[in-house]
Amino acid sequence: MEPIDQEFEESELELPSEPMTLNMGPSHPAMHGTVRMVLKLDGESVIGCDIQPGYLHRGAEKMGERGTWQQFFPYTDRLNYVSPLLNNVGYAMAVEKLLGVTVPRKGQLIRVLHGELSRIGDHLTCNGAMAMELGAFTPFLWFIKAREWLWELHETQTGARMTHSYFRIGGAADPPTPDFTQHVRKALPRVLDVVKEGESLLLRNRIFLDRMQGVGMLSKADAISYGASGPVLRSTGVDYDVRKDKPYLVYGELDFDVPVGTDGDNYDRFMCRLEEIRQSARIIEQCCDLIDKIEPGSPDDAVSIDDPRIVLPPKDRVYSTIEGTIGHFKLIMEGIQVPPGEVYQYTEGGNGELGFFVVSRGGGTPWRIRVRSPCFCSLQACAPMIVGRMLADIVPTFGSINMIGGECDR
Amino acid sequence: MAKILLQRLQETFGDAIVECGSCQGDEWARVPRDRWHEIAKFLHDDARCQCDYFVDLSAVDDPERPSADGGRFEVYLIVYSITKKHRIRLKTRLTDESPKVATLSDVWKGANWAERECWDMFGVEFQGHPDLRRILMYEEFEGHPLRKDYPANRTQPLMPYREGTHDKLGPFFQDEGMPLNRSPREDERPS
Repeated sequence: MEPIDQEFEESELELPSEPMTLNMGPSHPAMHGTVRMVLKLDGESVIGCDIQPGYLHRGAEKMGERGTWQQFFPYTDRLNYVSPLLNNVGYAMAVEKLLGVTVPRKGQLIRVLHGELSRIGDHLTCNGAMAMELGAFTPFLWFIKAREWLWELHETQTGARMTHSYFRIGGAADPPTPDFTQHVRKALPRVLDVVKEGESLLLRNRIFLDRMQGVGMLSKADAISYGASGPVLRSTGVDYDVRKDKPYLVYGELDFDVPVGTDGDNYDRFMCRLEEIRQSARIIEQCCDLIDKIEPGSPDDAVSIDDPRIVLPPKDRVYSTIEGTIGHFKLIMEGIQVPPGEVYQYTEGGNGELGFFVVSRGGGTPWRIRVRSPCFCSLQACAPMIVGRMLADIVPTFGSINMIGGECDR
Repeated sequence: MAKILLQRLQETFGDAIVECGSCQGDEWARVPRDRWHEIAKFLHDDARCQCDYFVDLSAVDDPERPSADGGRFEVYLIVYSITKKHRIRLKTRLTDESPKVATLSDVWKGANWAERECWDMFGVEFQGHPDLRRILMYEEFEGHPLRKDYPANRTQPLMPYREGTHDKLGPFFQDEGMPLNRSPREDERPS
């Protein structure tokens, strides 16, 4: 037995240790989507990480080169699969930019409406999952319940809950049903109530705040250099939203704000998303009003362009007239003949600037379709957010960047 | 809206700008590959350009483009300026024999992964890149998938079909019945 009052050297008391490599593998309950992180840990602190995406790479860009322009729409659905309609809109607008056409007013309003409903669904899922991983299971289920109502709305219009493929080059597959705006106006306040209830559970909870505030900080300069966009960028204080800076469709005439954070930590990203849900609700209400104001039968009332080289003829003409049949046949078999050129069209997807770089050599088949996915850049920006912090901080940080595997890997 | 950028580039670099233009509102400029890094850094640093936001970097493959025209790969970079709100596409062409160009990961951090993806998908080598390895595919993958001569239905040695399924491809030829000669490969189209 050594005497207790003996002096010990500092160095004799330290346990020898070397960094441990831990594999947070592609299949992990806390990883949304399949991403592998090889972490170098010193005890609980992360001293290095190597983020490896690519486990959900399905070759969408390669497949785009093998079909017609219209056949790429299902691939766009499966990019950011929690807000599929936003991706549909982005791709349709890219090809329309090459063609040099714009969709009539009702088509634009419908695109904005559906897009914002999808965006609310995306943010509900992201915030709910983030909360769930911190232990709050109830808000997650409430947000999912709200998301179900939105999916039901989508289902009445597009026929599918998730991967809709509703929009087409030149418009949409079908015009909206007459009672659509009525249903939207009924569902929207209920969704906002659920958001308020979820907020009341989370935002005053000491544990939630401690795990989110000051964790996962990203500096402004870093965020800009990495090309992060959407809530990840706006939470650092940069006021960049494609809908405001380069308005497209009818965003220029709508009245909404863009929530901007200050610190760039998880809490700011969470709050940015919550506020964006409310702003999306404002946009949706204004769109419903504008749609109801359109005179039925006026040129604004069409959802698709009236151009037989781009849009399929209506089915009754396809089955009864020869011109309809020929038009339908040529569009399906040969594809829309897009003039040669290359454009980069970008929209505000659920996670930020979703861009489509489309190269056409003339003809009905694309030469190259490149998807600029916002999650890819946000995921790269995740590395400096994690390094230096503890292992448990990875969970809310990773949840807050909303890395959707389909969009990151395509 | 980004005409100022093309103007600045012309003023500063003159004939280094091989070609420039605007397609449906998108301004672009093509530069020779040895000036790639210099011109990109200029776009980042110059006070009137201030293109600090990295948007995208990737490539387009055209195996039939002659070397006199620049070569097969056309690497493009899209950058944006948050303060000035203009964006530009900078392009350069690389030949098949030496698809190498300088890295831009020291100018924009986002270029790091984008260049890794370009290497992975096209085989374009970025000189000076700190960590050029595959990102979307696994390391043992052979070939570069987005090149036009990489067939879309090729199988890899690590992931073979099961015994017996290969003979069951049926009356369609290898192209799984793509209608109307749509396959870019000569040997996949019906003779």
